[in-house]
Amino acid sequence: MPRVLLIEDDQAVRDGLQIALTYQGHTVDAVESGEVGLTRLSADPADVVVLDLMLPGMDGFEVCRRIRASGDLPIIMLTARNDDIDVVAGLEAGADDYVVKPAQPRVLEARIKAVLRRTGGEQRQAGTPKPEVERHGDLTIDRDGLVVSKQGRPVSLAPTEMRLLLELSASPGRVLSRQQLLESVWDQGYLGDSRLVDACVQRLRAKIEDDAAAPVYVQTLRGFGYRFGPL
Amino acid sequence: MTGLRKFWPGWGLRTRLLLAFVLLSVLTTIAVAGFGYRTARNTILKNTQDNAVLELRSRIQLLYPLPAQPSKDMLLNAAGKLADRDASALVTAGNVSGGSLGGARISSELREQVDQGKIAWQRVDVGGETRLLIGTQLRLTTSTSHVTEPSGIEIYVVQPLTAESESIATLARSAWLTGTGAVVLALLLALAAARSVLGPVRELRRAAHRLGEGDLDTRLTIHGTDELAEVGKTFNTTAESLQHHVGELERMESDARRFVADVSHELRTPLAAMTAVTEVLEAEVAGLPEIAGRAVRLVSQETHNLTRLVNDLIEVTRFDAGSASLALDEVDVAEAIGATLRARGWVDAVATELPPGVRARLDPRRLDVVVANLVGNALRHGAPPVRLRLSAVEESLMIEVTDEGHGLKEEVLPHVFDRFYKADTARSRSEGSGLGLAIAWENAKLHGGELTAANRPQGGAIFTLRLPLNPGGDA
Repeated sequence: MPRVLLIEDDQAVRDGLQIALTYQGHTVDAVESGEVGLTRLSADPADVVVLDLMLPGMDGFEVCRRIRASGDLPIIMLTARNDDIDVVAGLEAGADDYVVKPAQPRVLEARIKAVLRRTGGEQRQAGTPKPEVERHGDLTIDRDGLVVSKQGRPVSLAPTEMRLLLELSASPGRVLSRQQLLESVWDQGYLGDSRLVDACVQRLRAKIEDDAAAPVYVQTLRGFGYRFGPL
Repeated sequence: MTGLRKFWPGWGLRTRLLLAFVLLSVLTTIAVAGFGYRTARNTILKNTQDNAVLELRSRIQLLYPLPAQPSKDMLLNAAGKLADRDASALVTAGNVSGGSLGGARISSELREQVDQGKIAWQRVDVGGETRLLIGTQLRLTTSTSHVTEPSGIEIYVVQPLTAESESIATLARSAWLTGTGAVVLALLLALAAARSVLGPVRELRRAAHRLGEGDLDTRLTIHGTDELAEVGKTFNTTAESLQHHVGELERMESDARRFVADVSHELRTPLAAMTAVTEVLEAEVAGLPEIAGRAVRLVSQETHNLTRLVNDLIEVTRFDAGSASLALDEVDVAEAIGATLRARGWVDAVATELPPGVRARLDPRRLDVVVANLVGNALRHGAPPVRLRLSAVEESLMIEVTDEGHGLKEEVLPHVFDRFYKADTARSRSEGSGLGLAIAWENAKLHGGELTAANRPQGGAIFTLRLPLNPGGDA
């Protein structure tokens, strides 16, 4: 069963979520601060981090950035509100998804499952089977091994970024709307938040484009969505 | 002022002031310049006439001796003596006459006066210029007595009044000039006076207008210490206290709002903890004794209700604080509505008319909230069949949700989007937070659209959501 690291400063919420997740069958390690959480991660890696953004001391964004810097562990944020700047800032700091407090355990569970699927090997290939290693300009994408390299050097992508790139590059030149991407990458239907897509595209561009301001691989079509290429 | 207003209804202050000044100056000018002109003119003319008469008399002396019955030649000769470069003369005796008056006509009044032996004069018009015509009768001494008697010989002399006319014209000109100058001066003075009065008045009007528009910082700059300055000062103190009171009210209101927002946020944390464990409780209910199971179910249900209420409250406080923002995305509206119905398990409960291809830029999460609310309401309070119809009209999309129930009572209609408005006081609390329609309405407004409620003529309620297809802004 997946191991969850829960970082939440309020004890009642921490206990409640730990009870709920444990009941769902997860192994839950619950800590009260970002600093303790990071220490815990370095000693004993988890499969997924559930992280409260509002933490005393080191805030959630900083924790997010540090986890991202050292690896590609999936992160789900707990936010107080879903339409404020926190969400965008959290996504830009590298979070894969977010849940608004007070969260239904069912919802949190679904988000955890979805984010873990992205890291797992189970791929939902779109379209025709592809050759094992594809070349797109300077990029090579190994769909089976989940390795992306640029000019021969491997690029470290977080699971959501990887899944997004695979989804887009599966049909080069075809426009995918944000809602379609939310469904295929985040497992969220129409009620999803397109900012998840936008923030992830930004992070992906920062890693694979020569100039993120003038993207070549992941192009924006205003009003329609995103498109891989054409190169 | 009221007196003036009675005489000059509907005229502006400026016009009234100007008219008063001009009228006054014209009257004064007419009185002063006109009177002066007349007096001077009469004096000049009188002097001229007196001089002319004197001169004629002295010239007449040169004619003597004349017989009582002079011949035409004698008369011609006499006329020649009387005439000179400017003046012409006519001498008549009975039917015989000599000389000419150069076109001047002798009026009958003049002739009458001369007949009576008087010396008479008259200003006559000859070829467009004024001349002086003097007439007199020679008096001759008869040989028998030393008394002079009228001789019947009449002498008429016409002489120009050019110099006098010129000086009179000059007089008239200067009178006109003085008059015009005075009127112009009066106009300027009136304008200045009107300005000094109307400027502040206009300023006051503008300031009052700005104040009314809600610009409570509006103040007047006070010049001087007259009554208008007093009015200005009063305006300023009024604006001051108004600003103070409004500021107070706004502060109280924002305090109240912040309090609601803070309370909602504070409630969130304990609710997050409670919500987290409700599922565990619900799953374990089966294993509990019946009474404990009921207790657990109650706690679980009320936790969900409380959570929904607090979430709605937070949403409302965000609208109030103006911090609600749109996360716009280009969506196929029919698909979005389909997803909403599917997520709520309402696909079979609602008859839909969803034409494909209606694409709009909107916030999908907010659209979901509105549609779920309208359909949920129709399912709960209306009667089936509940219908949802999507259409695109020009630049807007319309979503109509109808039911076949009793519709909304007339007194309920205006309040249907009010917060915590319960149409039916007996309605159970579990049917919603009482904020659902208020939030839906705010969401429509945030998109630049609108949400309206009405009763259909054939019965049942109809809620219409209108949203702009493209509210502008970037994705």
